[in-house]
Amino acid sequence: MSGQDAFTPPIGQPWKKPPFVKNAGLRWLLILGFAAYLVAAFMTIEVNWSRVYEGLERGKQFILAFTSPDFTSRSSDIWDGMVESIVMTIASSVVGIAISIPIALGAARNVAPLPIYLICRGIIAISRALQEIIVAILLVAIFGFGPLAGFLTLSFATIGFLSKLLAEDIESMDRVQAEAIKASGARWMQWINYGVQPQVMPRLIGLSIYRLDINFRESAILGLVGAGGIGATLNTAFDRYEYDTAAAILITIIVIVMALEYLSGIIRARVQ
Amino acid sequence: MLRLEKLVKTYKTGDQALKAVDLEIPEGQVLALIGPSGAGKSTLIRCINRLVEPTSGNVYLDGTELTGLSAGALRRERRRMGMIFQEYALVERLTVMENVLSGRLGYVGFWRSFLRRYPQQDVDEAFRLLDRVGLAHMADKRADELSGGQRQRVGICRALIQNPALLLVDEPTASLDPKTSRQIMRLICELCRERGLAAIINIHDVALAQMFVQRVIGLRLGAMVYDGPPEGLTPDKLTEIYGEEDWEATIEKVEEEDDVEAAE
Repeated sequence: MSGQDAFTPPIGQPWKKPPFVKNAGLRWLLILGFAAYLVAAFMTIEVNWSRVYEGLERGKQFILAFTSPDFTSRSSDIWDGMVESIVMTIASSVVGIAISIPIALGAARNVAPLPIYLICRGIIAISRALQEIIVAILLVAIFGFGPLAGFLTLSFATIGFLSKLLAEDIESMDRVQAEAIKASGARWMQWINYGVQPQVMPRLIGLSIYRLDINFRESAILGLVGAGGIGATLNTAFDRYEYDTAAAILITIIVIVMALEYLSGIIRARVQ
Repeated sequence: MLRLEKLVKTYKTGDQALKAVDLEIPEGQVLALIGPSGAGKSTLIRCINRLVEPTSGNVYLDGTELTGLSAGALRRERRRMGMIFQEYALVERLTVMENVLSGRLGYVGFWRSFLRRYPQQDVDEAFRLLDRVGLAHMADKRADELSGGQRQRVGICRALIQNPALLLVDEPTASLDPKTSRQIMRLICELCRERGLAAIINIHDVALAQMFVQRVIGLRLGAMVYDGPPEGLTPDKLTEIYGEEDWEATIEKVEEEDDVEAAE
């Protein structure tokens, strides 16, 4: 208190926000180090300009293909691939979300005891550390080519994503509302159902739809490593240089993702 | 009915919130707990239903010792202690009815509560209580659509539907305007009288406490410094509880307000 009394406000003097790094020497070291790194990084990039010139023609063809997308000549392949992708997306989202919810509860420190917290955080860390493509390659090796490997990959990836974000939402919920339910003598499951679930429901629904959208886009990538879906069709089209068919597939993917985005907006507005 | 023996709470940070508090409350007594912020009022009532774990000491509710109970036994005892919160602590995204019925969670099984299929007598009692506080028509509104005073009424119903023997009330009026504050305090005290409930009411507003309760406990730095009738709160006593301040205005106001109450 006495320290505050001794402080005279600097009236009439300009004010500047205190710097993020207080030590001036360290601050300049960080700035110069970052600049040096940036220059060094640029110097390591090698560009073969004659190769780029040749490639421009192929790039042009690819882009021009979008003006004349060919939906018809491979329509049954596109249709089959799309259906496979959508089935894969929905199945993996449902399974992934169902598994994520209990793990998210376990990974929220204000709900779960320490040992369970550590186990669940461990599961999340593993799921997030392994990139989808790597998991897909592994699962294709185990289960063979086809959508089963893709389905398992996406379910696995959903767990890491959804559990982590949901757990963080649970950790930031209003404690008093939950406390009030606990004070009534509710058992643990009732406490979750009444005190926690209503608070995190909008976030859970928002995240689930977002993950559905990600899973659909991922299913197009996973086809490239043989895990089924529209990605396999897309890969074949590229291999045959059928850019117009590839363009048709990409346009279909874009339309579906946009439709999902629109749908998620409607649903989230309704559950607020 | 409720007896605290040498109740101590020391937080991990080393702050001693309660220093060996002894307190006995007979059946049906409404008691106000006053004291400055940080005196340990909230800690004291939360130690009783163990939302905060006491460091040492005993709590007896009708002869049952609470501090040593297992999780299951604690849940059963919590049913007998209704709690009313500052800022209401309703689950905002649930309806008024769900909030009230959540007071029955200690009595119904998980699936019944999950499917919201409460026994008819619980539903009837919920409607009777809501009607008693004048909110029966709001039953299906969501809790966040209500005003502050209405929310606190729902909070009262939630506590009462537990059919408790004791009410723990934490700053019930802290976020309400003066008129609503009085209505809420009057409602709590009337309901306690109707049902023969004992209550501990944490309250900032000394004048309001003096209007409604039979006994006042003053807490300062985790220790009891006053225990007596509301009339005994002289300026000297208030200074002992809160520190130096001009108290005459506070006390005079009470007497004036009492006259107004009598006139109504």
